[in-house]
Amino acid sequence: MSRVLVGVKRVIDYAVKIRVKPDHSGVVTDGVKHSMNPFCEIAVEEAVKLKEKKFIKEVVAVSCGPTQVTETIRTALAMGCDRGIHVEVSGKDYEAMGPLQIAKIFAALAKKEEASLVILGKQAIDDDCNQTGQMTAALLDWPQGTFASEVTIDGEKVKVVREIDGGLETIKISMPAVLTADLRLNTPRYATLPNIMKAKKKKIANMKPADLGVDMVSRVEVLRVDEPPTRLAGVKVETVDDLVAKLKANGTI
Amino acid sequence: MPISELLLFYIISCCMLNHLLYVLLFSSIPVVKAATVSGSDMANPLRSEVRQLYKNLLFLGREYPKGADYFRERLKGAFMKNKDVTDPKEIKKLVDRGEFVIKELEALYYLRKYRAMKKRYYEEELSAVLNIGRPVD
Repeated sequence: MSRVLVGVKRVIDYAVKIRVKPDHSGVVTDGVKHSMNPFCEIAVEEAVKLKEKKFIKEVVAVSCGPTQVTETIRTALAMGCDRGIHVEVSGKDYEAMGPLQIAKIFAALAKKEEASLVILGKQAIDDDCNQTGQMTAALLDWPQGTFASEVTIDGEKVKVVREIDGGLETIKISMPAVLTADLRLNTPRYATLPNIMKAKKKKIANMKPADLGVDMVSRVEVLRVDEPPTRLAGVKVETVDDLVAKLKANGTI
Repeated sequence: MPISELLLFYIISCCMLNHLLYVLLFSSIPVVKAATVSGSDMANPLRSEVRQLYKNLLFLGREYPKGADYFRERLKGAFMKNKDVTDPKEIKKLVDRGEFVIKELEALYYLRKYRAMKKRYYEEELSAVLNIGRPVD
């Protein structure tokens, strides 16, 4: 019946200090702590909540990447998803993987699994693209409720309260649809040890992008990665006259 | 989440780290002596409860802001302090306190993450909220 696809991404943990590789080709990822993208956690929590409220029957967690992403899928299973799908992408393909390829994979899976909803995090904290949800909806020609801070299912429609610059926008879209989770959608539960133990029994299916008919060729090439410029130390002045003189010298006034 | 709740979270989370350690250190969490005779596990179901509690806390401690080792030392100390408690009611009470610490840790981790995400992605919103006297355009 009603099935929800949830996308989870394995990213460098939010609390880790990022270091750029010496050759400026990317960021150091070897030996660095990874975890589930915080917005993906919120997406998983929303899907599980919808299942607990009996609006949907099954929650499927999907992740794309090398073998390590199965850890992230296991965390999603421990949070309450029913089963997982691991789309295996490794090596050069994984490094070049971006929102477009993920969107194509999710579009193919959504059709294959006959999902009524695809819930994603609004953006990943490593690339900050904020594109995957929107691209997936476009490829499927489904309505999208992005930056969702409140989701209510009302029959065959979904009422989404979106967080936008001016405040909050409420829209009603028909299912099937794509939703992207914003920070204030819910409070994700912690995957405790007993839950992780229980989740070991749940299945994770394995497949390749080729099985879904998706080509992983990237149209984007990363030329260079640099650290942000270091903040210059501020200058302290003694009197107001000093401040005015400094500002004049700077050309500000 | 309404703004007033957000401010409340900020205030609470500042006190949380120290408070949490206080609860852990000065609370008494029981340790029932490991079964020396095999088969006596079933005789005292509280024993497995306590062991499971220890394992759960250890698992949560991996993400502790001051380091997993720091947490492990203090956890072990807290458990060892009460290894001679025998009254089942006492033990149950102390296990409940352990569960409480688990909830506090989960809340701590959530707040840290929430605050970090909010700071990184929603700075403009916060300063708009603090400019209370500014006329709305």
